[in-house]
Amino acid sequence: MKGSRQRRFRHDYCIQAGGHVSKPKLAIYWAASCGGCDIAILDIETKILDVADFFDLALWPCAADFKYKDVRALPDKSITLTLFNGAIRSSENFEIAQLLREKSVVLCAFGSCASDGCIPGLANLTTRQDIWDYVYLKSPSVDNPQGIMPQTLCQVPEGVITIPEMWNTVRPLTQVVDVDYIIPGCPPQSDKIAEVVGAVIDILKNGKPLPPKGTVLGAGEKTCCDECQRSKDVKKITKFIRPFEIVPDPNLCLIEQGIVCCGPATRSGCGAKCVSAGVPCRGCYGKPVNVRDQGAKMVSALASVIESKDPKEIENIIAAIPDPVGTFYRFSLPESMLRRAQV
Amino acid sequence: MSFEPKILSILCNWCSYTGADLAGTARMKYPPNVIGVRVMCSGRVDPGFVLDALRLGADGVLVCGCHPGDCHYVEGNYKCMRRIPLLKNLLQGLGIDPNRLRLEWVSASEGGRFQEVVTEFTEQIRALGPFKPQEWSFNPVETVAPHHERIAAKAVPA
Amino acid sequence: MKSIAIDPITRLEGHGKIHLFVNDDGSLANCYFQIPELRGFEKFCQGRPVEEMCRITTRICGVCPDAHHMAAAKATDAVYGVIPPPAAIKLRRLLYNGFYAGDHTVHFYALAGPDFVCGPDAPPGERNILGVIAKVGLDAGKAVIAQRARGQRVIEIVGGKKIHPVTALPGGMAKRISKEEQEELVEIGKKMVEFAKFTIKVFDDIVLANKAYVELILSDVYAHQTYNMGLVNDRSQVDFYDGRVRVVGPDGREHCKYEPKDYLQFVAEHVEPFTYLKYPFLKKIGWKGFVDGVDSGVYKATPLARLNASEGMATPLAQAEYERFYETLTGDKSGRTPVNATLATHWARIIELMQASEATLELAKDDEITSDKIHNPPQGIVGEGVGIVEAPRGTLTHHYKTDEHGIITEANLIVGTTNNYAPITMSIKRAAEGLITKGSEITDSVINRIEMAFRAYDPCFGCATHTLAGQMPLEVIVHDAATGEVVQSASRN
Repeated sequence: MKGSRQRRFRHDYCIQAGGHVSKPKLAIYWAASCGGCDIAILDIETKILDVADFFDLALWPCAADFKYKDVRALPDKSITLTLFNGAIRSSENFEIAQLLREKSVVLCAFGSCASDGCIPGLANLTTRQDIWDYVYLKSPSVDNPQGIMPQTLCQVPEGVITIPEMWNTVRPLTQVVDVDYIIPGCPPQSDKIAEVVGAVIDILKNGKPLPPKGTVLGAGEKTCCDECQRSKDVKKITKFIRPFEIVPDPNLCLIEQGIVCCGPATRSGCGAKCVSAGVPCRGCYGKPVNVRDQGAKMVSALASVIESKDPKEIENIIAAIPDPVGTFYRFSLPESMLRRAQV
Repeated sequence: MSFEPKILSILCNWCSYTGADLAGTARMKYPPNVIGVRVMCSGRVDPGFVLDALRLGADGVLVCGCHPGDCHYVEGNYKCMRRIPLLKNLLQGLGIDPNRLRLEWVSASEGGRFQEVVTEFTEQIRALGPFKPQEWSFNPVETVAPHHERIAAKAVPA
Repeated sequence: MKSIAIDPITRLEGHGKIHLFVNDDGSLANCYFQIPELRGFEKFCQGRPVEEMCRITTRICGVCPDAHHMAAAKATDAVYGVIPPPAAIKLRRLLYNGFYAGDHTVHFYALAGPDFVCGPDAPPGERNILGVIAKVGLDAGKAVIAQRARGQRVIEIVGGKKIHPVTALPGGMAKRISKEEQEELVEIGKKMVEFAKFTIKVFDDIVLANKAYVELILSDVYAHQTYNMGLVNDRSQVDFYDGRVRVVGPDGREHCKYEPKDYLQFVAEHVEPFTYLKYPFLKKIGWKGFVDGVDSGVYKATPLARLNASEGMATPLAQAEYERFYETLTGDKSGRTPVNATLATHWARIIELMQASEATLELAKDDEITSDKIHNPPQGIVGEGVGIVEAPRGTLTHHYKTDEHGIITEANLIVGTTNNYAPITMSIKRAAEGLITKGSEITDSVINRIEMAFRAYDPCFGCATHTLAGQMPLEVIVHDAATGEVVQSASRN
């Protein structure tokens, strides 16, 4: 996405008839998500009061009353800012994504699900049919002798009831509607959310230019490794191990200890929380600047530390990395170059 | 219409590109399915190139570099040697036959070897059949009508 | 016949829907509660390394990732046949109890409290957290926010991240606790216990002192004769993190007490075509539909169910409150007579809040938590394991099978709220039957009473549907099923 001409946006407060002050409208919505992003917004604690002061909440299902028809009734572009979390995996998610795009001036993909597909996106390693077959027919606890499957249109004795259609491929918000900005992370860290919110309020109050369309907000320009406090020598490794197999040295780079860590292929911004707690990064902040595919970047990063010039030996070293696809694309399979497994 | 594989070959400037050139100047016949791209070193081959090629319609990708020990930049081809097997594992995980990707060492004097490799790889890809990424593009047309309306259209009144 | 759709927005499953079908004479024909989303974790976890499950399954729920983190950790311990060192188990319990204290607080004050504190028939504008604050004082509001932050802080210190913790792994924990962190945890624990005492007093003053509320709690509309499920320790006391699963009937008789690894002998899941979620039931009794009683396999797994399934609490102050609870509601303080009143779940939740707070303090004071022996790297592999914890919203089961390299070949998850899918449906139906009668108007108060029935379960697909106004955004549409014409609609504003 190219930053075209600079857009400016200032919200002019106006006193309307009846003495009501019109504030900019904010919408927060979840599609296929876990709710963690909303909790992360609540975790900005005192800052939430600034948000409540500055904005009128147009909708936030987790904290304010809302009905779809109210949003449908709004004029186009009447919501100043929408933070949209969750991936798009059903007809209903898509419908709301389109609706909010129409009604919003600025639409942000908020959190890893909306920007990259996140962990629900691992469903792209399989198919809807296989998921259904397992869940409703083969799972060890299921009791379904008649082989009942969910039906989008279900005839019950009293009438017809419907459920949304589940898609075969999970997609990030960015693939289904035009998105202005991306705020990555699973979930985005609260201090970063607070920063972004502060900046947004500043822009709206003072009519400052908006960042170029497509800008990633609330994250750094480097990789997770740059934030990591562990010391890095240029050590080469001859063996990969799984994270639980050793008690790692608390001060040394995990990759140099043979543990697969996605730090080199992950954007900075989280404050290297997982690596500080003694566990490897799994890439929730998504791909770094100028990288098009997190998995490809991980292949390069790990290949560069292997110490061997013998193809057979290299094969053996690499064989010890379990599940490259599920590890390198842990948070970004739907946003990867191929978007899904070919199954 | 029979299937003609589309193959991208990424060739190192110092050995394999010259080797391919030699095959050409020596009038060696090999299948026309290969499109060559020259890079300065096989160490320049980003795994993303391979994924991108597959996304854009290649049925197979051939990477050629200098023989181990002969790299113009000393170590570049070893980087490639370590990347390709890991990338093959990644492809396997993505449900793509890892044999769609091949790494070969072809020196500047091995025109005949280049001919053999290309011929053999073309047949291998022909046997694997075409590759087209599934559900890559998103088609909103199918999902434009709001879900409940489409459902209602199918509904039979109770 | 008319059909009424109640459309709440729901936290985890997108957008839950309740359909009420009303006969021409205005009586209720049937009710359907639909969950419109499936994410497929059980399938796409196949092929993943089992130790990654602690970090993958947290994303099932951002409200209770800690429960998934722990259930997954215990299941992977079992897969590798490894027992974590005592210090690691204490750390896990500490994280878990801190999480419980925060989670229960939010539910009571923000979601369930307004019904009682402000009254179920108070205007919606007053029936909210702000109304609660108005009743109990502004300091209480601040205290609630502070208590929630304390719970998050415990998770951050022990689990590495506030949301989606990362430190549990097969054989123990990855992060050591410093002396300074321990001191902070002790302070947090002390404040949590104080807060729990305060909460019990609030409940006393506002709910128990009000005869009408006690009658409402014990009324037939909100009573359900179902089995009760909960984890208990060796002394049959409530335990959130570990133990055996005990199931007690509505008559107080023990139905079973099983080790996690044997869960498949006792629990199965039923499928219906109009929803994506399955209905767990007791296998030995069987699925008999949405009906009450000892002959129906429906069970609930809630704070109330845990108290009913146990013979007491594991900490002193919570135990004292447990005795008062049963004495007040059944006349028998031993707790052998179950309480079958759904709304008593709120009181049970406060008793659990007390136990979680006391346990947090007790564990924080234990110097062993600063030990550096917190991880036993596994030496072999068993290839199958089940981990069960009590999520705040019910018994959570993770079951993994792996190949010899620890790669998952099969995963089965029975998630907290799922256990309660059938009882929630029944509670909604019961409330609707009592309220929607011949020719009745669908008023705000009717919607709220229906909501109250399932708000007690704190369902994950409902926990976030409450507004700040302590209410769920509901829309009730009545239309004539024959013509599809809307004949009546009512909504909240």
